[in-house]
Amino acid sequence: MSEEHAHIVPYKTFAIVWIGLLILTGITITVAQYDFGAWNVWVALGIAVIKSGLVVAVFMHMKYESRLFKLSLFAALLILAVFIGLNFFDVLYR
Amino acid sequence: MSDHVHKDYTGAKFGMWLFLFTEVLLFGGLFLLYAVYLARYPQEFISAGKELNVWFGGGNTMVLLTSSLFVAISITALRRGAKRLCLGLLSGTIACAVIFMINKYFEWSAKIHHGIYPGSAHLKEMQPGEMVFFNLYYLTTGLHGLHVIIGALLLVWAMFLIKSDRVNADDFVILENAGLYWHLVDLIWIFVFPLYYLILH
Repeated sequence: MSEEHAHIVPYKTFAIVWIGLLILTGITITVAQYDFGAWNVWVALGIAVIKSGLVVAVFMHMKYESRLFKLSLFAALLILAVFIGLNFFDVLYR
Repeated sequence: MSDHVHKDYTGAKFGMWLFLFTEVLLFGGLFLLYAVYLARYPQEFISAGKELNVWFGGGNTMVLLTSSLFVAISITALRRGAKRLCLGLLSGTIACAVIFMINKYFEWSAKIHHGIYPGSAHLKEMQPGEMVFFNLYYLTTGLHGLHVIIGALLLVWAMFLIKSDRVNADDFVILENAGLYWHLVDLIWIFVFPLYYLILH
């Protein structure tokens, strides 16, 4: 029963992550005012990836889960990457 | 011990994660369409993206991030035996969901008022790239909005179970799974916001 329950995450950890997420949102909005040419999308995506990493790791407890959970998340993201990558092989060289 | 009910906590949570992976692939398809058409119509995506209001998108980002914080804390509260705090936080999350949908209503109404909606005469006169942008915008934010409604209903259901102690400090996987679904809603928005509202502003 309770022995398989993951440990309890303290309130403070969640609050710190939340503040971090708000700061990153502010950064996204601020950097969007500057034009980095073709890099605009990658800058926006990079910050979004950091934000989603925080949400998945702490809010969704992935940091405290077993290897099974982490490997399956990796597999799902790999499938998504392959799916997007292979489509671009077709779209870009058509 | 004939009344012993076997509960597989890890199995229940893993099942929820498997479902969330299919959700990621579902939205992944929409982001793939966005990527392909952004590569094909970069200029039209800039001009169309400027039509979207950063304040609606940014405000809703804050609302969803805060709602995710409430859900995350509510699980800790329940496990520490603070049932009233847990229910209060979940009410806060549902309030955030309502605020999000009200914002969405005003945002969509303003767009529709300007004649920008799928199949409108105004949209048909636009450049093909702008038309694609707005169709994808409605499809993605619409599907996301549906997830906001479903997620809020799941949390209301969890609240009823907590009130009657069927979900409690020792048996809380229903709240945890409803919470995971809610965080997914937040995750999708983390990508929707910069790609649709901020791109090349």
